Amino acid sequence: MRVLAAMSGGVDSAVAAARMVAAGHAVTGVHLALSRNAASYRSGARGCCTIEDARDAWRAADRLGIPFYVWDMSEEFAAEVVEDFVAEYAAGRTPNPCLRCNERIKFAAVLDRARALGFDAVASGHYARLVDGPLGRQLHRAVDAGKDQSYVLGVLDAEQLAGCAFPLGDSTKAEVRAEARALGLAVAAKPDSHDICFIPTGDTGGFLRDRLGSAPGQVVDAATGEVLGHHDGAHAFTVGQRRGLHLGRPAPDGARRYVVEVDITARRVAVGPAAMLDVTRIRAGRPRWCGPQPAAEGRLGVQVRAHGEELPGLVRMVGDGFEVDLDVPARGIAPGQAAVLYDGTRVVGSGTILRGSR
Amino acid sequence: MRAYLDHAATTPLLDCAREALVDALGATGNASSLHWSGRAARRRLEEARESIAEQLGVAPSEVVFTAGGTEADNLAVKGLWWGRTAARPDRRRVLASRVEHHAVLDPVHWLGAHEGAEVVWLDVDRLGRVDPAQVADELARADDVALVAVMWANNEVGTVQPIEAIAAACAHADVPLHVDAVQALGSIPVDAALPTTLAISGHKLGGPMGVGALVARRNAPLAPLTHGGGQERQVRSGTPDVPAIAGFAAAVAHVLGDLPERAARVAALRDTLLAGVTTLAPDAVVNGAQGGPDARLPGNAHVSFPGCEGDALLMLLDAAGVDVSTGSACTAGVPEPSHVLLAMGIDAVLARSSLRLTLGHSSAAADVEALLAALPAALDRARRAGQVRISARLATALDGG
Repeated sequence: MRVLAAMSGGVDSAVAAARMVAAGHAVTGVHLALSRNAASYRSGARGCCTIEDARDAWRAADRLGIPFYVWDMSEEFAAEVVEDFVAEYAAGRTPNPCLRCNERIKFAAVLDRARALGFDAVASGHYARLVDGPLGRQLHRAVDAGKDQSYVLGVLDAEQLAGCAFPLGDSTKAEVRAEARALGLAVAAKPDSHDICFIPTGDTGGFLRDRLGSAPGQVVDAATGEVLGHHDGAHAFTVGQRRGLHLGRPAPDGARRYVVEVDITARRVAVGPAAMLDVTRIRAGRPRWCGPQPAAEGRLGVQVRAHGEELPGLVRMVGDGFEVDLDVPARGIAPGQAAVLYDGTRVVGSGTILRGSR
Repeated sequence: MRAYLDHAATTPLLDCAREALVDALGATGNASSLHWSGRAARRRLEEARESIAEQLGVAPSEVVFTAGGTEADNLAVKGLWWGRTAARPDRRRVLASRVEHHAVLDPVHWLGAHEGAEVVWLDVDRLGRVDPAQVADELARADDVALVAVMWANNEVGTVQPIEAIAAACAHADVPLHVDAVQALGSIPVDAALPTTLAISGHKLGGPMGVGALVARRNAPLAPLTHGGGQERQVRSGTPDVPAIAGFAAAVAHVLGDLPERAARVAALRDTLLAGVTTLAPDAVVNGAQGGPDARLPGNAHVSFPGCEGDALLMLLDAAGVDVSTGSACTAGVPEPSHVLLAMGIDAVLARSSLRLTLGHSSAAADVEALLAALPAALDRARRAGQVRISARLATALDGG
């Protein structure tokens, strides 16, 4: 196969590329430039998107003896991921930009361009497994449960999965690091990236304030409507959030209070006890299926955030989306996040959470 | 066996340059030392200086060695600025063409941003040529011009500038003219006595990398940028790289010795290349001035391929064993549309669809044949990739994104 290895400059994508080379494929390394004004140096533990990371990727490609290029995807990334991120927050939802990037950039704009240029697949350092069987290609969780990234790939359809390669799905992170060391890759000990790559300071609230301005409003008690405090913008709050409420005085019963509802139009953030976060039914829209659409009704697992646990429930196809009745109430279901459905280790597909209800 | 079609980026080291370089590398001695070993190094350095001066028709003292073309350009632009404004602080204007190499463009921008220079950018026509009448007009407007900078020949599109007329206008106004001749020297006739300062580079003509020179007239009002031991006429302190300079001098003598025959051979090869490319891609647009050595560098072909992205073509040809350039580079590897093509009035999309194909002393028919053999498949795939990007952007636009 002719394989394009997406190389972020981190250890995972470097080892993924190395494994594709070792498997005998013709591999070309590509670093995606997602920001026009990339910072020169890494700050904190972020592992991509700076000139230093581009160099790390380049040097890993050198070590593997493969050609290497930088592809400018900054326009696509700004339009498809950053603008969507801001718009979702502006609408009171909590988006996951990594899923969006996988759906629209890595395994869409990049994959389409790669295919046009004669490549058969895009390989990445995601921890997930592709299983080819009589029913076609299936996406499964990685064997390393602690690193499993199938959640952020739950937006890929069969056509996209056909052009993917995830060479790390059968390995643990420790094995990958050891392999990088054995290969002499300088990134073997590089810290994992986390948080949002286009907010290098890690200050999502500040980033959103810069983009959306401030829209002051009230923080109210969800049960009584009593005004408990004020905020600079409801978009900075996420259902389930506990920190940064600045309420000044504790609840009468001393219990912790959480954001239970964000109403952008009314600029109102409602808080209440943890019990008010309990959700038994999730409604999701904009479904994406990683293969055939599931049966009209069936028992599946659902994961509602990256690295969250899988919740068993009854899934029903409704209108343009699906509903999940959870066996056990769950907390902190934030609109905008993805609900990814699992059948065992197999990823069935996903939808964007519209609301949770009791 | 790779086909190397990027001689404007760097051209292979000539054998004579390698020999001079290696020979000098074995010798011990600092050219500033007073003992025998120092004098031996000094002798090698001064022989190289005299050789280059003789080849260029200038005095040996007018050759100031630097660590390359970029340093020579910086020394000229900033050195002339400080020299001229020290004498008369009301000289605030700097005239520079829009198509200069970044080694001139960026120092000029810097003078504007940090030193209060008022920059007048000289326009170019569709072929990339500066109009000497605009230079004369700007000089006649007021006696406040610190310096003028116009390159001899453009590094991207190969267009040769009317330096004689521009130099005459500058001489008439008694304003120093800096000319970046990094691409021109060794490819076309260069009269180094015309401008006040002239930047040249070793590795662009078959010498080593990391060495160049500023040819500066005795009376050039040049302030130093580096201060130290006072080497090189007190304007470029630092121990000179004698081996590189020896290799540089050998290369200059060689390329100026066989220039007419080699230029004719390279131009014929370039014309074969262009004929082949335009046959394979009838919609291709050939950029820059066309014609003999007074119009265009003999080794330069610059072509836009509508619907293809230059960087996709570069990658596909690279995979097929052919080294080409998109003409503009960036440290982060993210290509910007070329300021040269934009200045010529070419739109940003077509500018990104361009390849620079440059030939030099070691080029052979096989290089051109390899390009022409690889090009059809590369064009086909690059067109498809270009189409993908266009439809993706349309979809985003329709999506409201």
